[in-house]
Amino acid sequence: MKDWRFHLAEQRGTLMALAIFVAMFALYVANHPAGFTANVVQTAANKGVLLALVAMAQTLVVLTSGIDLSVGMIFILCNCVASYVVSGSAVATALGITAVIAVGALCGAINAAIVIFGRLQPIVTTIATGAVYFGTALWIRPFPGSSAEFNSVLADALTGKIFDLVPASIVVLLGVVVLVWLPFQGSVLGRAVYAVGSSEQAAYMSGMPIRRAKFAAYVLGGMLAASGGLFLTFFTYSGEASVANGNTYTLYSIAAVVLGGVSLFGGRGSAIGAIFGALAFRAIGDLLFVFNVDPLWQPLFQGLVLLVAVSIGSARLFQVRNRLELFG
Amino acid sequence: MKVETMKARTDTDHRHRGWRQRLDVPVVTAFGCIVLLLLFGSLYSSNFLSPEYLLQQLKVGAFLGIVATGMMLVILLGQIDLSVPWTVTLGAMMASAAAAHGQVGDVLAIPVGVFCGLLIGIVNGVGVAYLRIPSMIITLAVNAVAQGLMVAYTGGFAPGDSASPAMRYLAAGTLVGVPNAAIMWLITGGLAVFLLRRTTFGRAVYGIGNNETAAYLSGVPTQRVVMSAFALCGALAAFGGVLLAGYAGKAAQSMGDAYLLPSIAAVVLGGTSILGGRGSYLGTTAGVILITLLQSILSVMQIAEFGRQIIYGVIIVIMLLLYGREGTVR
Repeated sequence: MKDWRFHLAEQRGTLMALAIFVAMFALYVANHPAGFTANVVQTAANKGVLLALVAMAQTLVVLTSGIDLSVGMIFILCNCVASYVVSGSAVATALGITAVIAVGALCGAINAAIVIFGRLQPIVTTIATGAVYFGTALWIRPFPGSSAEFNSVLADALTGKIFDLVPASIVVLLGVVVLVWLPFQGSVLGRAVYAVGSSEQAAYMSGMPIRRAKFAAYVLGGMLAASGGLFLTFFTYSGEASVANGNTYTLYSIAAVVLGGVSLFGGRGSAIGAIFGALAFRAIGDLLFVFNVDPLWQPLFQGLVLLVAVSIGSARLFQVRNRLELFG
Repeated sequence: MKVETMKARTDTDHRHRGWRQRLDVPVVTAFGCIVLLLLFGSLYSSNFLSPEYLLQQLKVGAFLGIVATGMMLVILLGQIDLSVPWTVTLGAMMASAAAAHGQVGDVLAIPVGVFCGLLIGIVNGVGVAYLRIPSMIITLAVNAVAQGLMVAYTGGFAPGDSASPAMRYLAAGTLVGVPNAAIMWLITGGLAVFLLRRTTFGRAVYGIGNNETAAYLSGVPTQRVVMSAFALCGALAAFGGVLLAGYAGKAAQSMGDAYLLPSIAAVVLGGTSILGGRGSYLGTTAGVILITLLQSILSVMQIAEFGRQIIYGVIIVIMLLLYGREGTVR
């Protein structure tokens, strides 16, 4: 196989997600009464970036062939923490943001420690730690609200537009991809994350740092979920410990990861695909809005689109020559 | 061949030999924790040891017990069913809706509710068994569709229909002092034990959970078994919802949300491996009682919601660290 075809095959999931997103978004702006304007893009971007960050967090864990059902709760916890600490002067705000990211990293590290050293399955571990994170969020923020000196200047800047044109949230997301994801993916640890997901046994035999790789994936995931929580605070100006919100983001992040072509069995896919998956998933809701679908029917359509999208993958069944391949 | 002996032979990491080999460590630990919890509770108030309190707990736990029975079948296969929340709600709403149709409706309410759950389960099963979609994804999507159907049907409000007399009787009535809900759980549990231990279907479930390829090569109709297990899981979740509607008097939006994670936790706390192939129904029962008691004691002690969540999560992790550990990679 030629070199470029190999690389293309590797990126197929990401490209599919990109294609789905572009098609849906084009349909959306074409039918939007205001058309393709900066404001329309900004609104869509702000909604999409939240889920995109959480989906990136989920991707990292899924790549190690785990799953993080606490990711939505980390997101909510960091939202509540941020509503207290992102306030006051520029220095205080910067310290606050660092603290929020540190909280996310800590949550990820707890998950990682239980999974790696406690040797429990990620799915059950994160169910339990998710309850703990949510309890903590409820503890510090029993009622929705924010600190009196909340830094709304920064919040407006990051949710607004740069030069009245480019949504700032998209720039931040791009920054995260370029400064965090791409270097990580190329690093030894990043390659080890993929290796662990493909075959932990083989990775172990090859002397890969499997424990460090898993640890890095969970911690980085926690930090990305924390950035999502920060952004939620910037949008809403407040923190709210909402269990429904947390669960929704956990489930949507899995949906985004799947739409983004990341294999739930691990070792395959990219956080960039998950970003497009998240944006596409958000675009479903927007599409239903511009086509004036009764809001009552929106959850049904969202579900049906998801159902169809996940069934597309089973087209490979037509290529199966030996039934035993099914169990691979 | 009995499960225990099979397990001991296949499980090379099993360090307990001799008499301990026969002892099911997770089940014993889980029951030990139940006793500890009760003793701890009785220090706080002697009511915790009264028969009335214990029967009340069985009644409350019955709903989780029935849902967890279905979840266990699916987890034994090495799969998972994330569509439980809205299958529970859908069962409750459809049963209540049927109950609104006069006398015929009263009779048909429960079957209609359970049948709708069965249909949801079959969709899941077809997706997992025949289309080979990972269960976590297809059940997530089906959950979204079920939610969409119910939101569209009810208009997003709690439906006005109320539960039929039969539903109320089964969920809230008593028979010589024993809550009917607990009896329903007992019957469900008895059938589940029979199914898992005495039928080829049950053997096949364990077999597929251990190694699907091997089960297929041994002539097990794996696809049909997987689909039936998912169908049963859907039906049981809906039945739990039907009873829950009878208990509360009517169905409500997102009444099933509180059952997904506890049912998975109950199954896993009972010693069933989340990877499938290992686990006993007795363990699941212990897990359900454990979680019900834990929730009840924490709320009786008037610990705030945040504290309950934290303690709940920490206890699950600690218990699993005691016996739920997997082997290391070698």
